Amino acid sequence: MSIKQNFTGDALPDFRNLGVVARILLGTNALAFAAVLATAPGWAAAMERFMLLAAALEPGLAVALAALYAVSPSLARLPYWQGGAAVVGIALAVGAVVHSAIAPAGEFLPGLARTLVLTALAALLNLAYLRLLARAYSPALAEARLQALQSRIRPHFLFNSLNAVLSLIRRDPRRAERALEDLADLFRVLMQDNRSFVPLADELALLERYAALEALRLGERLVIEWDRDSAPLDALMPPMVLQPLLENAVYHGVEPGAGQGRVRVRIERRGGRVHVRVENPYIEEHAHRAGNRMALENIRERLQLFFDAEAAIQMHIADGRYIVDMEMPYRTAQA
Amino acid sequence: MLSIFIADDETPARERLKELLGDLAAELPTQVVGEAQTGLEAVERLPQSGAQVLLLDVEMPGMRGLEVARHLGGLERAPAVVFVTAHDRHAVEAFELNALDYLMKPVRAERLAAALRKASAGGPPAGERLAQAAARAREYLSVVERRRIVLVPVRDIVYLRAEMKYVTLRTRAAEHLIEEPLVALEREFAEVFVRVHRSCLVARAAVRGFERAAGGEDEAHWNVVLDGVPERLPVSRRQWAEVRALVKEG
Repeated sequence: MSIKQNFTGDALPDFRNLGVVARILLGTNALAFAAVLATAPGWAAAMERFMLLAAALEPGLAVALAALYAVSPSLARLPYWQGGAAVVGIALAVGAVVHSAIAPAGEFLPGLARTLVLTALAALLNLAYLRLLARAYSPALAEARLQALQSRIRPHFLFNSLNAVLSLIRRDPRRAERALEDLADLFRVLMQDNRSFVPLADELALLERYAALEALRLGERLVIEWDRDSAPLDALMPPMVLQPLLENAVYHGVEPGAGQGRVRVRIERRGGRVHVRVENPYIEEHAHRAGNRMALENIRERLQLFFDAEAAIQMHIADGRYIVDMEMPYRTAQA
Repeated sequence: MLSIFIADDETPARERLKELLGDLAAELPTQVVGEAQTGLEAVERLPQSGAQVLLLDVEMPGMRGLEVARHLGGLERAPAVVFVTAHDRHAVEAFELNALDYLMKPVRAERLAAALRKASAGGPPAGERLAQAAARAREYLSVVERRRIVLVPVRDIVYLRAEMKYVTLRTRAAEHLIEEPLVALEREFAEVFVRVHRSCLVARAAVRGFERAAGGEDEAHWNVVLDGVPERLPVSRRQWAEVRALVKEG
């Protein structure tokens, strides 16, 4: 299961985009040329007919594109099908005006129907083409966004941890070895391709490695209370969504405090939902320590990419505790 | 022998520095004369220790490293300071530590030796540099009394009044004299204090109201009534509009 399945829906093309305008111009002319080529007896005749047709087609296209350029922002606010209908309507209106301007006398009515049908067809084909194009590119955009959002551990944590490990090498080599293994595991996950879901069990294992490293450098100042007995270990979630929550809790709630800081992590399943709550002491003086909102925003965006509107993350402060609540649908590999 | 004080909230980090100092002992004899786990502890203990150099973590609970260095700068025999940080170069620039002596964690023995030599030769960091590097206002003002530093939380200060070369610092409970220009204090704590007079800043939160002062020899003027202290301080004509607005807002 990957995020490619989440498509955010169709949207009309931006008619102020140069690429879109160029595609409509080229596409429509190509259609016209194909039409004359199919009906004309030879190349020369086809060229001649195309020139004639172009004399009517190009002004019409120019006016239609100018009109779409003007109303593009309003169209963008409409639902896709209404917007598409409006685009076809504009094309038909322009077609009718151009037709009446250049049709030979007496041939106005019979010719009109043909012009309008052709115009509508051209408009619909253009819309379909641009929609396919948007669909083809959209997952790429989502992936690019996801890459940019990949969870990053604060460098501060890495260097402090390395420093702590260095201090252990002489006194307690075995502990130093374990710490380096934890660090390796953490960075392996951090650097891998994080585009697919992982089971909660993996996330929890990672969280424990991270907690061990923090305990190493913070010692008794860090107390983590785990409430995970009813955690659904098979629940699938985006990788590295739990670790930043714990890192935040330590960075804002324990490190800036002189005494002991208690962090609570609760993970449970309630019906079809997975609930995660991370609590830490709220230290006011450091509330403005940079990066807090960013980390939460980052998780929120990643949840959205993986679960769309089905997941949520919220924070609040109560009784001197900073509390982050995250919930997502309970999904497993079997489902 | 160089006497050294280590301030870092992480025990392994202090251990590591001590190990490195031990490794360097042959070429650079040192002695660790004190340690602290928080900024406040460092300010409290360093003066007694007589340390010549302070190895100071930038981000510590209680009080940040830069503020610690500023308070210690008031000591008669202020220590040289080497800042230590686990942050990356970008953050170092943000802290404007560039102008000061600093080391990045994990610290290398050679770098530590070079920094210690440089710092002990250069003496304590200049006050202006520290003030510049400190991105935000201090949480305390400090008064040096013999070999002790008394810290007064800024939020406890009711008013600051310039007198001759000193500034009187008034809290509800006590009065202290500090040697800092009122103009600099006004700039640093613009959010906390408002100027009521050429020579006086009062805590915005302490302003309760105003009294009309009888004319007497001076012209008639307004006095500001402050929370927690009996004194009434004159408000100058120039500052009247701004000061009065405070009470209206409240």
